[in-house]
Amino acid sequence: MPQMNMIQALNSAMDIALGRDPAVVVLGEDVGYFGGVFRVTDGLQRKYGQHRVLDTPIAEGGIVAASIGMAVNGLRPIAEIQFADYIYPGYDQIVSELARLRYRSASAFAAPVTIRTPCGGGIRGGQTHSQSPEALFAHVCGIKVVMPSNPYDAKGLLIASIEDDDPVLFLEPKRLYNGPFDGDPNKPAVPWSTHPRGEVPDGHYTVPIGKAAVVREGRELTIISYGTMLHVAEAAAKALGLDAEIIDVRSIVPLDVETLTTSVQKTGRCVIAHEATRFAGFGAELMATIQERCFWQLEAPIERVCGWDTPYPHAFEWEYFPGPQRVAAALKRVMEAR
Amino acid sequence: MPRPSRLHVPHAPARPGEAPDFSYVRLTPAGTVARPDVAAQAADVENLAVDLIRVLDDGHRAIGPWNPHLEVDVLQVGLRHMLLTRIYDDRMLRTQRQGKISFYMKSTGEEAVAVAAAMALRPGDMLFPSYRQQGLQFVRGAKLVDLMCQLLSNTRDMCKGRQLPVMYHSVPGRLFSISGNLATQFPQAVGWAMAAAIKGTDDLAATWIGEGSSAEADFHHALLFASVYRAPVILNVVNNQWAISTFQGFAGGEQRSFAARGPGYGIPGLRVDGNDFLAVYAATEWAAERARKGAGATLIEFVTYRAAAHSTSDDPSRYRPKDDAERWPLGDPIERLKAHLIGLGEWSEARHEALTAELGEQVGAAWKEATTYGTLTEGPRLDRDLMFEDVFKELPKHLVEQRAQLRSERG
Repeated sequence: MPQMNMIQALNSAMDIALGRDPAVVVLGEDVGYFGGVFRVTDGLQRKYGQHRVLDTPIAEGGIVAASIGMAVNGLRPIAEIQFADYIYPGYDQIVSELARLRYRSASAFAAPVTIRTPCGGGIRGGQTHSQSPEALFAHVCGIKVVMPSNPYDAKGLLIASIEDDDPVLFLEPKRLYNGPFDGDPNKPAVPWSTHPRGEVPDGHYTVPIGKAAVVREGRELTIISYGTMLHVAEAAAKALGLDAEIIDVRSIVPLDVETLTTSVQKTGRCVIAHEATRFAGFGAELMATIQERCFWQLEAPIERVCGWDTPYPHAFEWEYFPGPQRVAAALKRVMEAR
Repeated sequence: MPRPSRLHVPHAPARPGEAPDFSYVRLTPAGTVARPDVAAQAADVENLAVDLIRVLDDGHRAIGPWNPHLEVDVLQVGLRHMLLTRIYDDRMLRTQRQGKISFYMKSTGEEAVAVAAAMALRPGDMLFPSYRQQGLQFVRGAKLVDLMCQLLSNTRDMCKGRQLPVMYHSVPGRLFSISGNLATQFPQAVGWAMAAAIKGTDDLAATWIGEGSSAEADFHHALLFASVYRAPVILNVVNNQWAISTFQGFAGGEQRSFAARGPGYGIPGLRVDGNDFLAVYAATEWAAERARKGAGATLIEFVTYRAAAHSTSDDPSRYRPKDDAERWPLGDPIERLKAHLIGLGEWSEARHEALTAELGEQVGAAWKEATTYGTLTEGPRLDRDLMFEDVFKELPKHLVEQRAQLRSERG
């Protein structure tokens, strides 16, 4: 099986989509000739031409709006927003238009647009290159929101997103582009070739949107996470020697409630971890859902491990980041609660 | 049968391995563009958005109606600020390569756009820069050490570690906080200028944006508000030809100049040689006089070239010819002002060399001092509790709790 990092896996997904369906187009800032600032679209313009892989003006509102128009006229645009932190000029087009077009027109019109955007911190990007805005989109009705945590899922989920007839916001944890990350920035980087999910088939496959993954089965507690934090939480549980059941949410909207609740009903304990700020973060939705459905099985209060409720500070990246210590403290509290 | 519609994709004039081609840059000989009255109507001066306002001719003499007739000592100060900007940029790039700072953005080749413009304005005028006008900082009296401490996110960092390097600000220097998000400051400058007009003060606002980010809606909001309210604002588009890998055609520069966006909104647009210190100065002076007379805003396109990489995360050899910058037809702003001063008999190679050495020593000494206040990796660090401050004026209870939680995490 070929080894791919997440960049290569995403590239392969778009390559396959462009090759299979002439309606698929890629557009975004620097995505064409240059192949993207993270090289995710590298080589695609050379292979498919300038009418399929388009460089755009620096105008996120324009990118999203043009994608909607293209989609309404039969194309399947994959729009790249260079950093999730730069998506806000396109927010009105996403919230008021892309997400609601099907609803307001009673399905007379729909826009199957995939918006890819790198998110998350851990690369010294400061407040303008580190944000995790998934909750801002999860709260919007009519757009799916996904975030892979490994190359295999990245490729399968991206193909599924492109083929989906509804709009999808596809968030790429940029800290994971080149390898998994256990939360310790001082350790040498680990490549994806060391990880089982770095094995990625060359051909077409999908990972279904709306399905969480149980990445480790366990009995003592359930850890629910996604993106970069999945790896951090997994490492923290291992370091504590806990028999944790670890669930990768993968699909934020729609949410695979059954997988989450089945696990918590079994373990009775739950820790939720995400990198985004805590207040009204997606963890709050996860927590509410589990509380509603698992209250009588819970043996301890559910805990959230999140970024602080501040912008992402450049100098305090690792104090902000919900690293191994913060996760471990929460795991211990939840395990010790009687 | 008529031909079906066809998608036009702008084609870069030259890519790696090809010969640089600047035939698309429309040039006008120095001294040939008329200088209209500052209260002119936009519709009457549309040629200014097409022609190129230049003062320094090919022999480095100052000619024509836009010559601002500056005193020699002003020219020498300008040269000094530009040279300092360049030396500072070069040195700070090296510190990034050594891992002392996380990131850097140079303004090489664009020094005049910041320095001459700031010198043509008054100290009370408010500046809303993008991230590539460090020359403004020097004109407004910023201390090297203070700028470096920001780059280092150290214990003396004006931003208390919150911002990426180069996102400076200065209250006494009247330099607004630089945002890492593009174009956002452009309409904010208009609001500042509207407030100045509401308050009845004589101050104006000036702001800078790249031609690439002029694609953002913010740019158009700025022009519209500036036009509607005739705000005392100078809207500068720094057309440095490249927005990372996409050339100016992708921002709409193929069909018309960026200056020509102005007349569409009823605002005069000036297209100016951005590597000509005197032309930058003169255009800014014209726009400032216009603003202070109540005649409203001006859009200025400075035609220049981004000689360095977009940032330390960028590698321009992947998308443009290696010798592109050397072949740029408008030359280098420092070399041109230097040659002009030498032609006046007011400068020499020896003096230039001495000044270069002096500024290099200043920058070196400042760096030495700045690093004693800490670097990213060594020495004293900012108090991490500061992370929670300034989210709001008063620290709310949930942040007090999170601060306590971090303390317990880290012991």
